[in-house]
Amino acid sequence: MDIFLQLTVSGLSTGMIYALAAAGFVVIYKASDVINFTQGDLLLLGTYLIFFAIGQIGLPWSLGVVVTVLLAVAVALAIERLVLRPLIGEPVISMIMVTIGLSSILRGLVNAIWGPAPRSFDSFLPEGSVVVGPAVLSTGRLLSIPIALAVLAALGLFFRHTRDGIAMRAIADDQQAALSMGISIPRVFGVAWALAAASAAIGGIMLAGVVGVSPNVASIGLRVFPVVILGGLDSIKGAVIGGAMIGLLEAYTGGYVGHGLNLVVPYGVLILVLMVRPYGLFGKEIIERV
Amino acid sequence: MSLECGVFHTRYESDMGLRPRPAQRIRLGAFAVFVLVFPFLAGPYWLDLANQIAIATVGAIGLNILVGYTGQISLGQGAFMAIGAYSAGLLTLNLGLPWGVSIALACVITAVAGSFFGLPSLRLKGLYLAIATLAAQEIVEWAMTHWTAVTGGTEAIVVPAPRLFGVRLNSTFAFYWFGVAMAAGTALFAANLFRTRMGRAFVAVRDQDIAASVIGVNLFRTKLLAFATSSFFVGLAGAMIVYYRTIITWERFTLETSIVYLAMIIVGGLGSIRGSFFGAALITLLPAMIANAGRALQDTAPVVAGLLPYAQQAVFGVVIILFLIFEPKGLSKLWGNVKDYFHVWPFAYRRG
Repeated sequence: MDIFLQLTVSGLSTGMIYALAAAGFVVIYKASDVINFTQGDLLLLGTYLIFFAIGQIGLPWSLGVVVTVLLAVAVALAIERLVLRPLIGEPVISMIMVTIGLSSILRGLVNAIWGPAPRSFDSFLPEGSVVVGPAVLSTGRLLSIPIALAVLAALGLFFRHTRDGIAMRAIADDQQAALSMGISIPRVFGVAWALAAASAAIGGIMLAGVVGVSPNVASIGLRVFPVVILGGLDSIKGAVIGGAMIGLLEAYTGGYVGHGLNLVVPYGVLILVLMVRPYGLFGKEIIERV
Repeated sequence: MSLECGVFHTRYESDMGLRPRPAQRIRLGAFAVFVLVFPFLAGPYWLDLANQIAIATVGAIGLNILVGYTGQISLGQGAFMAIGAYSAGLLTLNLGLPWGVSIALACVITAVAGSFFGLPSLRLKGLYLAIATLAAQEIVEWAMTHWTAVTGGTEAIVVPAPRLFGVRLNSTFAFYWFGVAMAAGTALFAANLFRTRMGRAFVAVRDQDIAASVIGVNLFRTKLLAFATSSFFVGLAGAMIVYYRTIITWERFTLETSIVYLAMIIVGGLGSIRGSFFGAALITLLPAMIANAGRALQDTAPVVAGLLPYAQQAVFGVVIILFLIFEPKGLSKLWGNVKDYFHVWPFAYRRG
């Protein structure tokens, strides 16, 4: 039972980090139909920026978080303006390859600046652990769950209540109609990338606190795909629930079955979902089918 | 010699020829002479690079048949190469088959596996197919490292050196001839493939699948055939690596490999055979050139030299992005522009 509780908490906290990365992915996909392979590298950037801000410059943690998010947003805006905008309307393969190229550049830059060795700094998440019955749960992991949920809820509210959020939904619905209503598509694409970077940066900050700062963080980017396919490519709610489900699934298979099976089970789920219900749990039921 | 500003065929034979114009034949001849003379002039370092390019050309043509000509995006190239490599190696090790037979069987096995992974393409298109092949790649990668009973896990598999008429084939010089023969054979096959009904059907599926099915192309069959044909050559490339290096490790066949091969056909030109070769050459030479630059700068600018290993990854990304933005049709189109310029000179009207 205590193992179960421990696995649940660690699964949920990993799942919430997946959800943060996946939410960014969904925002970009919704607005511009771009499959974003750089999501993992934006997480990576987040972990190294917070290390830079707190560990290297010595800012207090609150200021460090703000600086990290702002820098990540600046990088994302530059990416959107310089690389993605000239390619609006290109075929799927080009969009996939351009984000793969970007991911390669980001990873190379992070490695060149901070080196390949793992780094460490005083965690800003409270140390120690909470004892619930027989289980010992790390406070950092426990705390990361409500933080992520708050960020995701804010993202949901943004879509429902702000001008840019509504414009984004309009564009997702029908680009031409949105254009003729005077919505600026470049602006919306920029906002989408900024939001994706912000949510990934917060995910990266939490990763830095929970797991540590190392180049391996980028590999989480691939975990986004099972999450978004399960939840639905265009649904924030799907990203949250899909993230939690994939995180828990990984934790349980890792804890109870072992054999590295936790690395591959999410992809099995992915293929299954694609075969049975390609639009996922909460996605809109349109899919290009043959 | 008369001036031309276009290609005019006056006989059916010339219309059907692969290289109808004299200039094309001269260029091909010059290239063939270069390929034949090269190994006698080059040292082992350049020969090794040439062999890598030959293998990459086979793999890139294979991938281009699927992605460039049929329009089915695959992120599973690494997995298919792994299937080719492991089946070639394991057939020799466990059943004692001669290396030639193993390679041939490995190609067939990969073709079968490829069509199996192609099954989702019957329901999924574009990005959904890309994500499905990504999952296939991850699953095969996991199988390579965790299915220890068959693959030996993360341990390397060592195969005996291949021999032909008593000559060890895995030396850089001997393998060069084998590699070039395979690359040339693959290129010739692919060039002819797209002159047949089957090849034309591939292109029709890429351009407009519904229209293709209306004019009588069986989508189900065509897509599976495209996956099978493509995987056949990808498996060949994987098997060639095994007998060149005589050692297999799973690190050679990761998602990174898939991405590198996709980069080759993007940079070279989607749906172009000469582009596959150009792309394979450029992407293979790029890290080697950066490493050379690093060695040259070691003394004068050690800081820059130290950063170069990371720059390699960044440069790879920059090359992909620059091609996508400025020349989406790749090196093949650039080469075509140069050729067209001289072909119609001084009447440089032809554009596009």
